Amino acid sequence: MIVRISTEGQYEIADADAGELNKLDARAVEACEASDEAAFHEVFTQLLDYVRSHGEPVGDDDLIGSDIILPPPDVSLAEARAEFQGEGLIPG
Amino acid sequence: MPGLSGRMSTVVKAKISKLLDRAEDPSETLEYSYQKQIELLQNVKKGIADVVTSKKRLQLQEEKLQQQVVKLDTQARQALAAGNEDLARTALERKNVAQTELQSLDSQVAQLEQQQEQMTASEQKLRTKIEQFRSKKEVVKAQYSAAEAQVRISEAATGVGEEMADVGLAMQRALDKTENMKARADAVQELEAAGTFDDLTSLGSGDDDIDRQLAQLSSTSEVDADLAKMKAELGQGAGSPAAGQLGAGESGGQPAEGQAS
Repeated sequence: MIVRISTEGQYEIADADAGELNKLDARAVEACEASDEAAFHEVFTQLLDYVRSHGEPVGDDDLIGSDIILPPPDVSLAEARAEFQGEGLIPG
Repeated sequence: MPGLSGRMSTVVKAKISKLLDRAEDPSETLEYSYQKQIELLQNVKKGIADVVTSKKRLQLQEEKLQQQVVKLDTQARQALAAGNEDLARTALERKNVAQTELQSLDSQVAQLEQQQEQMTASEQKLRTKIEQFRSKKEVVKAQYSAAEAQVRISEAATGVGEEMADVGLAMQRALDKTENMKARADAVQELEAAGTFDDLTSLGSGDDDIDRQLAQLSSTSEVDADLAKMKAELGQGAGSPAAGQLGAGESGGQPAEGQAS
């Protein structure tokens, strides 16, 4: 399974690790919906660290699409709430 | 995944397929995608140049402020030695403002430095991916029929498209931050233009604006401490090296240019 951390890069993660990712993701969404900035950043940082520590970085010369795309590490709660909808993600 | 990551993926994928669907013929898709990649690479280069320009501008401001700090410190000593404590206090207040600005400029320059490094790394990565895409594209065009080519290349196109989206996002965020810093730099320049850091010879009656800003920005206790320290120093080391430094205020008194863009 390929996971991208936006603005950082892609990681290959074992399918067995997907469950834990899902749990952290759900908690991040919860914190986001509760507008709990501190909790959101804490969980989101855990999520990113999990990907970084359990994943194998994808090589620069590999052209693979990701199964999961995570927001950038410096994402704000407001941005996360807006779910990156609208224009601006892709130029052109 | 229904969460943040799931929604993010959906949005990105929808945009990429929109991007790739614009051309119907596979070889056209390939060429179109390749053109877009090259364009983006150019934009990233421009973005990096932008960040570097902003950084240089802030560094220039830092240098000027640094000079002001030295000059104001000297002037405070001169004023104190001449028994004019009010003037010394004003000089120290201004020095305090300049130092606070310096600290914030310092951290902004560091941030821009980091952004520059990140963007340079993304540019390198994107370049490698584009090169990979280009060679795949040539192989596919030479070896496969149109229908097969579409299938063979779609994964690569998605991969490179996603990378483009990501580099685009990273660049947008870096430039947004740079914009904020530019606004901040402009604000400092306005303070400068208003004479906040000017040398004290220009101190006259029309300084209400400056005084108001000083009152807002400078910390009185810090100024008091500075003043006390300076008094102690002057009391002890009367005459020796301080006498030599007294003239320094004048020599550094180049007219502060209002515009440094």
